[in-house]
Amino acid sequence: MSATTLTRRQMLKTLGGGILVLAVAPDAIAAAWAQRRGGPPVPQEIGAWLHIADNGHVTVFTGKVEVGQNARTSITQAACEELRVSPESVKVVMGDTDLVPYDMGTFGSRTTPTMLPQVRKAAAAARELLVDVAAKKSGLDRASLQAHDGRVAGPNFSATYGELAKGQSLDKTISNDIALTPTDAWKEMGMPLPKVAAEEIVTGKHQYASDISRPGMLHAKVLRPPSFGATLTSLDTKAAEAMAGVRIVHDGDFVAAAAPTERAARAAIEAIKAEWKETKQPGHADLFTLLRGVDAATPAATGEKTLQGTYRCEFIAHVPLEPRAALAEWDGKRMTVYTGTQRPFAVRDEVAAATGLTAKEVRVIVPDTGSGYGGKHTGDTAVEAARIAKATGKPVKIVWTRPEEFTWAYLRPAGIVEITSAVSAAGRLQGWTHDNYNSGPAAIDTPYAVEPKHAQFHEADSPLRQGSYRSLAACFNNFARETHMDELAHMLGQDPVQFRLANIENPRLKNVLTAAAEKFGWPGKAPTGHGCGIACGTEKGSYVATAAEVAIEGNEAKLVRAVIAYECGAIVNPELLKNQVVGALIMGIGGALFEEIDFDHGRILTDRLSKYRVPRYADIPPIDCILLDRKDLPSVGAGETPIIGIAPAVGNAIFAATGVRLQALPLKLP
Amino acid sequence: MDITLDVNGVKRHVAADPETSLLEVLRDDLGLTGAKYGCGESECGACTILLDGENIHSCVTSLSEAQGKKIVTIEGLPKNGKLDPVQQAFLDEGAMQCGYCVAGMILAARALLDKNPHPSDAEIFEHMNGNICRCGGYPRMIAAIKRAAGNPK
Repeated sequence: MSATTLTRRQMLKTLGGGILVLAVAPDAIAAAWAQRRGGPPVPQEIGAWLHIADNGHVTVFTGKVEVGQNARTSITQAACEELRVSPESVKVVMGDTDLVPYDMGTFGSRTTPTMLPQVRKAAAAARELLVDVAAKKSGLDRASLQAHDGRVAGPNFSATYGELAKGQSLDKTISNDIALTPTDAWKEMGMPLPKVAAEEIVTGKHQYASDISRPGMLHAKVLRPPSFGATLTSLDTKAAEAMAGVRIVHDGDFVAAAAPTERAARAAIEAIKAEWKETKQPGHADLFTLLRGVDAATPAATGEKTLQGTYRCEFIAHVPLEPRAALAEWDGKRMTVYTGTQRPFAVRDEVAAATGLTAKEVRVIVPDTGSGYGGKHTGDTAVEAARIAKATGKPVKIVWTRPEEFTWAYLRPAGIVEITSAVSAAGRLQGWTHDNYNSGPAAIDTPYAVEPKHAQFHEADSPLRQGSYRSLAACFNNFARETHMDELAHMLGQDPVQFRLANIENPRLKNVLTAAAEKFGWPGKAPTGHGCGIACGTEKGSYVATAAEVAIEGNEAKLVRAVIAYECGAIVNPELLKNQVVGALIMGIGGALFEEIDFDHGRILTDRLSKYRVPRYADIPPIDCILLDRKDLPSVGAGETPIIGIAPAVGNAIFAATGVRLQALPLKLP
Repeated sequence: MDITLDVNGVKRHVAADPETSLLEVLRDDLGLTGAKYGCGESECGACTILLDGENIHSCVTSLSEAQGKKIVTIEGLPKNGKLDPVQQAFLDEGAMQCGYCVAGMILAARALLDKNPHPSDAEIFEHMNGNICRCGGYPRMIAAIKRAAGNPK
């Protein structure tokens, strides 16, 4: 039975007594998001629960997952902060649909602003409950007791949480308004707690979904059509079925081979004779015509001086180093699937729908995953493995190859942005329009002070499967806007930083831009063949500014140095935040300079790493990272927004070095 | 065909075609899942292991090439229950995010430091360039390699 259907009493019994606290706090923003996307309302009000066992062990249950952004660590810190315990006594159970409360998924930088407060509230309530128990036990006045270091102590009294929880069977649902430790009194949050379970990683002991195996497990491969939209017209699996240990699963256009080893499954797929009917598919040559679709016919901005620009970006792939993988086990009653996904509950529902089961009959477990970057929202491998497991009655593992990953996963949308602007001769913005075709609405609104302004996203028929990506369209919308701002500064003969500052009213945006410019030594001293560029932006409540110096070698721009300033409210963990901020900048170098998906006739042509360049050691310049800690502001997420500054900074630096204005991603000099 | 491999100092027997990829055998036949599949074409380094002390990509290495040589995987790197200095340095520098590339990174760095105990930045970049970290953890990994260089085995 799913824990989400258990009563609290039953659940407490399952956990072996002790103290259970449930945090009631619907993620209002995630719920609104779901409804905007036409999804169902978030069905549960419970955001997280927390259990204290009679041995003092604390377990936090959350539907969030760990994909390298270190949510496991920050959630541990949140529980420790309010419970006054050390990190060693806290375990976080994540992304197991049988054990954790419903969660929309780990995306949109929502863990920090919504899950951490819920965990903290549950922990604070548990601490107060323990003090109640101690007061009863000791006969002391509640006010004379204090919780610290995993104990409740007072005059001539001290008991560990375990001692207090022993024999209890308490459960409590807490309201939204329980008091939390003020930021300036934080002892665990705000500190550089190292990544939880890091030793498992350096020793190779951590088992990603692709590493798990089960007795009697089969490895499976799916027969792929030659192109998107192709349908099966004839199939001969005789030779494959004759191979030792091979099981063939055939259901409509879905054909798979399962065998005791991956190589045997691969050989079986190669032995299948199949004919496909292909349909005409657009190629890259048609891409931007397709996306431009209907003309928005937005009237251009008017003012003293005007400018217009058209910007483009290509499809790019997430390339998570761990490809999609899943292991499914069918016991005749329930399906258990281990898979790397950012949305365990959505994948549970996908698996149920694909296998004719109810959601209650499916359990999805997400081991800490080999990255996602917004690319693992769907359950492709989970569904494939579950279908084969149900058909064969054996545990089945599927790990996509890199070409499968490039071809059958979804991509970050390609797009077109058209901007028109007007500016006074003195350099004040007088009007702004921004139309985005296909790539998305994230960060489409300009953060600069300008009226009138217009921003609109126009959907288009994408020729390829597209979806979420780290920061969604904010990368491209910010690239277009910040490139255009640079063009305006150049047109006016003004310094790009001064021009921006004159048009920014938001002090947080001003602060990161000033911090980055100062650290960089703006305008920089670029030798011949070098150039410096800068860009800033905001998305999901945090602020970033990035400055870059490039060197032009032939027709290639090489990054020489970069500075990034970032502000996301009160910092939860400075070391892990720095990891995210610098890592996002580095990932962004790929989208800025190298990455583009080529396709034709319904095939991805750039379907392997030898054809699709991602950032490597030799591409990485010295990077200075400045974190602005705003203890007076709520903490917000940081996994996405730091990526949005690097591409325009590099493009603007290329212009400074060469006088060539590049308006398309990736940035390629002619 | 029965093939004998020397894996982490232990003789292991494998029944497989000599052309089978060493990575598949390590992971699926021998249960050593520290080496990861990332690309299958020697482009990403997630499958890095040591073969007679050289860091090689096991996805494109056949069993026959590995036969008679000493194979070291991440599972075999600690000595007497103590982490290798490179493993320890990756921990101390927090040089990981999702961690999927880390075993390969550590083994590639181990091979570098065994040959060149005090590499320059350029030498680190050149040696490590075959190992991809999609999370962009390179700066801390460089710091970890330098830390390990100051703390020999």
